[in-house]
Amino acid sequence: MKTNNTGNDIRMWTPATAAMVLVMLAGLGVMVYRLISGLGASTHLNDNFPWGIWLAVDVLGGVAMAAGGFIIASMVYLFNMKKYKPITRPAILTAFIGYLLAIVAIIMDIGQPHRIWHPAVMWQIRSVMWVVAIHVMLYTTTLALEFSPMLFERLGWHGAVKTVQKIMVPVVLFGALLSVLHQSSLGAVFLIVPGKLSPFWYNSKLPFLFLVSAVMMGLSMVSLETILSARIFRHPVDMGIFTGLARALAGVALFYFVLKMYFLVTGPGVAAVFSGSMEANMYLIEMALSVILPLALLLGTKMKESLSGLLFIDVLVIAGVLINRLNVGIFGLYRHNATNGQTYFPSWMEFAVTFALIALAFFIFKMAARHLPLLSSETASEH
Amino acid sequence: MAKTANSVLVDMTRCIGCRGCQIACKAWNERSARKTVMYGNFTNPTDLNSDCFTNVRFVENGNGKTPVWSFVKNQCLHCQDPSCASVCPVAAFRKSDEGPVTYDYERCIGCRYCMLACPFEVPKYEWEKLLPAVQKCTFCAERIQDGLLPSCIKTCPTKTMFFGKREDVVAEAKRRIASAPGKYVNHVYGIEEAGGTSWLYISSVPFGELGFNMDVPKVQLPGLTWSYISSIPAVIGVVLVAGVGSWVVTRRNEVKEKEGGKEDRP
Ligand code: SF4
Ligand code: SF4
Ligand code: SF4
Repeated sequence: MKTNNTGNDIRMWTPATAAMVLVMLAGLGVMVYRLISGLGASTHLNDNFPWGIWLAVDVLGGVAMAAGGFIIASMVYLFNMKKYKPITRPAILTAFIGYLLAIVAIIMDIGQPHRIWHPAVMWQIRSVMWVVAIHVMLYTTTLALEFSPMLFERLGWHGAVKTVQKIMVPVVLFGALLSVLHQSSLGAVFLIVPGKLSPFWYNSKLPFLFLVSAVMMGLSMVSLETILSARIFRHPVDMGIFTGLARALAGVALFYFVLKMYFLVTGPGVAAVFSGSMEANMYLIEMALSVILPLALLLGTKMKESLSGLLFIDVLVIAGVLINRLNVGIFGLYRHNATNGQTYFPSWMEFAVTFALIALAFFIFKMAARHLPLLSSETASEH
Repeated sequence: MAKTANSVLVDMTRCIGCRGCQIACKAWNERSARKTVMYGNFTNPTDLNSDCFTNVRFVENGNGKTPVWSFVKNQCLHCQDPSCASVCPVAAFRKSDEGPVTYDYERCIGCRYCMLACPFEVPKYEWEKLLPAVQKCTFCAERIQDGLLPSCIKTCPTKTMFFGKREDVVAEAKRRIASAPGKYVNHVYGIEEAGGTSWLYISSVPFGELGFNMDVPKVQLPGLTWSYISSIPAVIGVVLVAGVGSWVVTRRNEVKEKEGGKEDRP
């Protein structure tokens, strides 16, 4: 019976999959090159721009996308919102993939990849980066545990599934705790650069803003991938799930908007937004995509009643929050870092690795949908 | 620690721009030479890099007829509570009791957070190497331990740098400013900047005109991240209470609903 749960009917080779595999192979080649030739040969990073898109997009963005995992798991296991049970597994899988990819990006990005374990034994509790490193290790392990029932079910290890299900509530709680801390810690990384990061983004509550925007991104990711997989894999999904996610998204986005406005008014001021500077324009683009348009569409139109409308809104939010991470990690620091003439534009290899990791994410998701009991679960059928 | 740690006063009115310190530093630290180009001023190289721990900035000022040249010896300021050390996830950077902020290559994972966090952009990376190290002025920590002066100070023909315990160095800076009215601007760079540095500067030209970072916060920067990290236990408490609480409440509601449902049945 268990094979009924997997999507064996999903076609393995489609043009999109073939394209993904090509992008992944190209990226793999570049990663090997980076590991044998170093950062100078493969990236455009330099002494004034020590961090580039591998950090801003792959790590900051990837981890924000993973937020859906802890949100949906908490909703189902802690808040007992049974309605969302069918999407728990895709959400957890996305989070797991997000973290694995962030780890690959970190391995590429740090100068001494073979020492990636150092923070586990060389403690420095004053360092946010240490806090981040510990969270990545602990949360990836937790996600592996949350993900394991899918694998065990597939392998037919029903005893193992039962054991994990029994401890699921504390595991989910632990995961939620780590996620809240990890999402905000990534914002806290930038608290140390008050003179460098543009006031459009620097403020003392940066950690909290990172957390709230990650929740928006997480909700959108879960919604987006459920819509896509429902379409591509022709799985019927209860419309109530989507409208529920959209309502949650609208609430969080409204809260985020108020926060952002508060820090705009108390920080650089509203007039600064229209100064036409590079930072001001990036801020406008970010705000328009991440909150203003999505909120307007969610609250003012009937778009949330159709899947295509919701899909569009999800894409806006995901792009907007991604731009926020780019703004904090690169654009907001650009003016300061470029004062003595050096500039930064990613090398083609940095792009190649970034695109490869994104393709890999989609590929793993598709393979999981094909081979694992992803879109329905044993326990869901119990009720 | 701070009061007895070693410290240096750079009196920029004494510097003649000979770059002897730059050469002595390169020699002592066995840094290789790099080909440079003239960028239209005499600062060479224009920036610190992984082979250049100290350089001398040549700054031309004076809005009148005669140009006024200033020479700014530039290197790690060895902050008293250094950002680079506080942000390092593996404690590769440390502030030693003697004053120098030292680096341990064997610990470093190469995340480059130190480079981002330093308010003076001092740490530089060996980008061209496969397994790069972060490089910066060491304050000649081993020399100091052996009772020797740092290489640049030993070399300087004009005694531009005054080496001593920090409180003596601060007192000397104030004494020089007070004893020659009109000669210096009344500011010792490094007493308050970044919460206090071990290398201090006095100058006859306003610091802002010499390319010093005047926006650097007057507080010890690690406090900014610590205020977040120290709040983590409270966040843990809130999330645990909220999580367990909502689990208990929603379970109870569910049980009640089920029981209620049973009663309703005939
Ligand atoms: S100047 Fe920069 S590198 Fe030197 S001790 Fe201070 S923070 Fe560290
Ligand atoms: S690059 Fe090395 S020294 Fe700098 S913060 Fe990272 S681990 Fe520490
Ligand atoms: S050796 Fe002394 S005089 Fe010569 S450039 Fe260095 S600090 Fe100035």
